[in-house]
Amino acid sequence: MTSPENPRLSREDVAHVADLARLALTDDELDAFTGQLADVLDHAADLDALDLDDVPPMANPFPLVNVLRADEPGNDDVRAEVLAAAPSVEDGRFRVPPVLGEAP
Amino acid sequence: MSVRSTAAAVRAGERSALSVVEEHLAAIDAHEDEIHAFNLVLADESLARAEELDRRIADGGDPGPLTGVPVALKDNLCTRGIDTTCGSRILEGWRPPYDATAVERLAEAGAVVIGKTNCDEFAMGSSTENSAFGPTLNPLDTTRVPGGSSGGSAAAVAAGFAPLALGSDTGGSIRQPAALCGTVGVKPTYGRVSRYGLVAFGSSLDQIGPFAATVEDAALLLEAIGGHDPRDSTSIPEAFPDLLGVLGQGVEGLRIGIISELMGGPDRAASVEGIADDVRARVEQAAEALATAGATVEHASVPSTIYGLSAYYLIAPAEASSNLARFDGVRFGLRVDADTAPEMNTATRTAGFGDEVKRRIMLGTYALSAGYYDAYYGRSQKVRTLIQRDFARAYETFDLLLSPTAPTTAFPVGERTDDPMMMYLADVCTIPSNLAGHPSMSVPFGTGDDGLPVGVQVLAPALDEATMFRAAAVLEGAAP
Repeated sequence: MTSPENPRLSREDVAHVADLARLALTDDELDAFTGQLADVLDHAADLDALDLDDVPPMANPFPLVNVLRADEPGNDDVRAEVLAAAPSVEDGRFRVPPVLGEAP
Repeated sequence: MSVRSTAAAVRAGERSALSVVEEHLAAIDAHEDEIHAFNLVLADESLARAEELDRRIADGGDPGPLTGVPVALKDNLCTRGIDTTCGSRILEGWRPPYDATAVERLAEAGAVVIGKTNCDEFAMGSSTENSAFGPTLNPLDTTRVPGGSSGGSAAAVAAGFAPLALGSDTGGSIRQPAALCGTVGVKPTYGRVSRYGLVAFGSSLDQIGPFAATVEDAALLLEAIGGHDPRDSTSIPEAFPDLLGVLGQGVEGLRIGIISELMGGPDRAASVEGIADDVRARVEQAAEALATAGATVEHASVPSTIYGLSAYYLIAPAEASSNLARFDGVRFGLRVDADTAPEMNTATRTAGFGDEVKRRIMLGTYALSAGYYDAYYGRSQKVRTLIQRDFARAYETFDLLLSPTAPTTAFPVGERTDDPMMMYLADVCTIPSNLAGHPSMSVPFGTGDDGLPVGVQVLAPALDEATMFRAAAVLEGAAP
């Protein structure tokens, strides 16, 4: 692994990140993406020159306050409509392949 | 004919909504094959909608300020029961169970949705070449890109397919294509237009906004869709400003600053690179026009804007990598079957996403991953604070700021597809407004050396769309 001080990405870094993001890459794609992503990180190296120690991070343009809606009963039953858009359903639920191998 | 006069004529029964829609469908029939502005043309639906509006008018009703006006919607805005692809295979065939708030408000204003426009996949791109359904071409020169990511919406307005269109702008995706296609394009203050029903890319940056042929038409559309929405927790509660009412007020006495860092040129060392000479010349000419109209125009410094591009291309991918985790083959869209759920997730995402989306997801995942979070995502968020502070300082002296919208006029199709970093540079002037959450808009102002349009960007402090539109109207009137 390369260190944050030297942002050039290794091929192994990209393979690891692709795995985390649930993406499968061919060897050719891995080569191409490694170079392209390293270009972006190289460009971002201009930020290294900034002294940011006393600067607070900003996650959103304006201060966020918690917003609560009125607790009013309604009838927003969209289950059938939502399930109709799913690739596979069973008994009113989303159906997926086994997550942890064969069921007992 | 302006949108306002078209709507007025339809509301007065002087012409039918049907004839307006038919006229635009005819334009689409004639030229859409060359441009590919749309992923979906809603011909039957828009004709039926026009007939319904005509019946209501015949019965003495008034459907609203956009009565009978065709509007093209970027294909990342949810439309109930109508395909919403985001330019991606992973959502091909998906029909949302609800309308975006902006779409709902268009309906309440009497507008006619004429189609869903092509875009870079999940709004990630600057040329509309990243759509899974093929590129959109620039109606003014089909060897050039229309810009992006809302290139289909910009092209639809430029080609006369629709007088109005909606796009979304995360780092310039409304303003940059507006500039490249010679239309007006507006990114409102973050929170002015509800994001409910906009498929999320970078949630702290995304805003919906209008494309139009004129400043007045853009104001009319923005007034129709803007304002508080309880379904978006970041929606601004303040009343939406009167824009149409201030368009004629001019710029007398306003203080306007040209952002030195976004102008390039040999005599400006601390500037972003790549600003073309012909573009810079038009921005300087626009500044003179504002001065002639009575504004005080000077050079302004917003130093940290030069770091905007670097910060943005870590922050936006980080937010995207999180937002796009929902595309897992379980609840909607594509599923590629596999023996286990994790293998199904991977097979689905690998087949469903294009290269640019994969790049950004990986970049964002990396920037957020253990050991790199502070160095990349954390530092970028601090740069965002610097940019907002620098803007605040500039707005102590100036009412508005000015810059190019895009560094160049429309570039050739295919020129940047193999060089993502080169593509990203197209957003260098538009990104700072998204990072700060401020409004800005692009106004066509003459052409470059190649005869293609140049856009001038007008930037305003948060919530001050009204002053921004006043300057835009002056620029429109003075444009060469």
